[in-house]
Amino acid sequence: MTENHNPLATDGVTLADEDVTALAHESVHRGEKILEVKDLCINFWVNGEWFSAAKDMTYDLRAGEVLAIVGESGSGKTQSSMSLVGLLPANGRTTGSAKLKGTELVGLTGSKLRSIRGKEIAVIFQEPMTALNPLYTVGFQIVETLRTHFVMSPHIAKERALELMRLVEIPEPEVRFDSYPHQLSGGQRQRIMIAQSLSCEPKLLIADEPTTALDVTVQAEILKLMRDLRERVDAGIILITHDMGVVADMADRIIVMKDGQVVEHGTSAQIFGDPQHPYTRQLLAAVPHLGSLTSTLEIHERTTMVESEGHPVPLTAATPGVAPALLMEDVAIEYPKIGRKPAFRAAQNINLLIEPGEVVGLVGESGSGKTTIGRAAVALLPVVEGRLTIAGRDITHAKNKDLLPFRKDVGIVFQDPGSSLNPRLPVGESIGEPLYLHQKLRGSELSKKVEDLLDSVELPRSMRNRYPHELSGGQRQRIGVARALALQPKLLIADEPTSALDVSVQARVLKLFQNLQQDYGFACLFISHDLAVVEMLSKRVAVMRHGRLVEVGPTAEIVNNPQHEYTQRLLAAVPVPDPAEQKKRRELRDEIIAGVVS
Amino acid sequence: MSSHDPENQPLDDLEQSRTQPGTGAAAGENAAADVAAEAHAAVSSTEADAFGRGEGVIEAKEVEGLSQGQIVLRRFTRHKGALAGMIVLGTVALLAITSMGIGPIPGWWKFQDFLGSGTVQNGGAPTLHLPRWLGGPGFAIGDHPFGQDEIGRDNFAQVMKGVQTSLFVMTVMGIVQLIIGVTIGALSGYYRGRLDMVLMRFTDMVITLPVIVIGAVLGKLVYTIPTKLNASDALVNTIHKYLPLELAIALGCILWPGMARLVRSEFMSLREREFVDSARVAGASDWRIITKHMLPNAMGVIIVNVTLLMSAAVVLETALSYLGFGIAQPNISLGNLISANQGAFATRPWLFWWPGLFIILIALCVNFIGDGLRDAFDPRQKRIPSQRQMDKAQLKDDRGLVIETVKEEAK
Repeated sequence: MTENHNPLATDGVTLADEDVTALAHESVHRGEKILEVKDLCINFWVNGEWFSAAKDMTYDLRAGEVLAIVGESGSGKTQSSMSLVGLLPANGRTTGSAKLKGTELVGLTGSKLRSIRGKEIAVIFQEPMTALNPLYTVGFQIVETLRTHFVMSPHIAKERALELMRLVEIPEPEVRFDSYPHQLSGGQRQRIMIAQSLSCEPKLLIADEPTTALDVTVQAEILKLMRDLRERVDAGIILITHDMGVVADMADRIIVMKDGQVVEHGTSAQIFGDPQHPYTRQLLAAVPHLGSLTSTLEIHERTTMVESEGHPVPLTAATPGVAPALLMEDVAIEYPKIGRKPAFRAAQNINLLIEPGEVVGLVGESGSGKTTIGRAAVALLPVVEGRLTIAGRDITHAKNKDLLPFRKDVGIVFQDPGSSLNPRLPVGESIGEPLYLHQKLRGSELSKKVEDLLDSVELPRSMRNRYPHELSGGQRQRIGVARALALQPKLLIADEPTSALDVSVQARVLKLFQNLQQDYGFACLFISHDLAVVEMLSKRVAVMRHGRLVEVGPTAEIVNNPQHEYTQRLLAAVPVPDPAEQKKRRELRDEIIAGVVS
Repeated sequence: MSSHDPENQPLDDLEQSRTQPGTGAAAGENAAADVAAEAHAAVSSTEADAFGRGEGVIEAKEVEGLSQGQIVLRRFTRHKGALAGMIVLGTVALLAITSMGIGPIPGWWKFQDFLGSGTVQNGGAPTLHLPRWLGGPGFAIGDHPFGQDEIGRDNFAQVMKGVQTSLFVMTVMGIVQLIIGVTIGALSGYYRGRLDMVLMRFTDMVITLPVIVIGAVLGKLVYTIPTKLNASDALVNTIHKYLPLELAIALGCILWPGMARLVRSEFMSLREREFVDSARVAGASDWRIITKHMLPNAMGVIIVNVTLLMSAAVVLETALSYLGFGIAQPNISLGNLISANQGAFATRPWLFWWPGLFIILIALCVNFIGDGLRDAFDPRQKRIPSQRQMDKAQLKDDRGLVIETVKEEAK
């Protein structure tokens, strides 16, 4: 964000003179009641029965106010809001009443509904990559929304679109106007989504998990933008999220939903200060607190190593006489070339050492190469330079068939539990596969082992005959952990094992992981983009950026006294579920973000 | 519905952990030393309160306790057209096999010799009559329900034998192209690189071959080559006797590229899925990954494509036989019947209509089944309830409510 991109900061969404007439629909004033929801029920028809997704929701929303609806996946928070714009699937139905400035929204169809969508009520979706059409430029898509609702010449519409893009702080809007969604970063795409939703000055803005698909650092930027915007636009905002940390930043009032029921409703201060319902307390407790574990530790001597120009982070000294669980010496990793697509070097000059039984966190944003390192460590990607040693075995140039004994020593937990289990196999078989292949276990012996593993990840034994699609995300990830541990590996790679999970489920999985690590005593490379998560688990942290390690050191030092500028930014971005503390952190964070905008 | 009542939740937590994937998340995980449980040292009822039912409840409810195969079967049986196609095709096959027998086993139809001539009765007109309520003179089968040709051969016997041949060709061809197509597609999709290049260029080459022309040429060669090579009569006869088999294999060898391409693209996308990586990390060999992990996941595409190609094969076989290049005596096929009797269309139209009807019936049924399978294997397809179903559910709900209130009052 350089200076010239910020000209609209003062006058907000005021329009150019020519198109005032075009946009002359009644505007709202701050504090005016715009949305009245009464006894809203959402039901889904499932196999001949009505299944209640949300029940008896009653709330008001005033212009300029931010209402947060918080709850886990499956609590009905998204469906209840989507019903306002008539976006329920065909087997859903809405009863009750929702009035937008006197217009009844329930049961609205056809052109009346269309005139409200986009113009009166706009939606920011969770995943900007799928919510934007990949075939059109982002500029076109904003213009399209404008011209659907207003009589407007293409020229004026473009002017207005550029104005909006400036409003959401897109760098070089004139250039970006002609970009396709895939040419923008995730954060920029979400900004475009926001610009599009603001284009018709909606009275109501529904933001459906607007930052869940983003990195922590980008999330912080988008949250900052949304907070700035709420000062500038007069719309009422409904913010849907499962993360109490995100809410602390923004919300005036909060509705907590559980299993389709509103369990708590109050102002931000009430909910955070004095949560009544156990579910609310559980949600609050689930957000990892950065610094809560290590801030009391005293740092005696500085052992953190920082990258400097041309000098990669050197190797940590190993305990003499012990073969490290993982040793990377000046390693570079490439994605091999496919057809004409050239090879892509995703990581280089990596020096990393993990002692047996030690948990090392690897932190960085998407595309920084952390997954690459994890995959190379289990020989899924080739190492092209340097030397990679796992548990005393050099696997740098190992052939596929030489790797079989090595496979016993490593396990990996993948990021997406939905994709990492074979949908055609009962989960018991997935867990048992390594045992079947390496220890040649069969029949009852194998069953016994699988049941033991299920016990150790705290799942009922009966679950072994179930298929992955029948399990929830948290359960699937437990299965993934059980499989990775089947052979009692010396080294476990955990590749963002919780980033696809709800915050509360994440807390439970992390706790389990901690217990297992203590029981089994494996060394672990824990990959995550969230420093707060890594802090809970690991003894040392490595920070990665653009395929290089920038800082490696003990967790307490990194969290409390980061050296590298990038680490500081990462730290500042982690949200905290406490409005007062978050406010403090926010000011610090805004300062840092102002310096560097990605 | 009632199992999702929050009041009942603590009571049947244990049971739900087996039957309800959604609530199972909470139930199964309550046992853990959770963050929240630690923080509040909650008693079991508040603990259950503290956790939601988890994600994907609605989707999970739809597939509760079913394996992937059962889900597919359920979706398939919902497809009325496919089910009807299945029944009709089954009936036709059963009729053809039992009436004319199979191999050495004779059937129940009185004219087992479909090539033998007889006395022409009543100009060979069909003796099958519609029942009265359909405007006929009263239901009757008679001696020759489908009529006779000019030398008195029984048309029913011929058509049934022809149906047998068509079904046989269809099945064999399906299997042949399945084996070749899946093997080549799987290999090139899994290994990619140079092998993929070679196999795909070969596939491209086969695609360019016009099927009708190749079929015709092969059909001709089967007759001419053995004679030119001075083969013994016995050999020539054997070759002629097994002509349907030879034709089916030849067609299968030409028609596999579509299958290979589909399987290849399916494998390419499956290869990027993480469960393949995790199998590799577990130490699975390439063979195991392909057969155990990837093929079952590509099954949907394969089955659908096979059925659709099979219906095309029926028509193709007919076309070839009609042109006189396919199946010929001593074998008989539906296309061959149409071709032989096309001259009699004005005088004895039944000789043309009956085989034609069965061709349409078979092709249509197989197409419907393929359609149903495609829908059944498509996970994105959601079932949209009709207004009646929704009203019914509402009625059930209301009744449940009444019962509940009555119960409460009784307490």
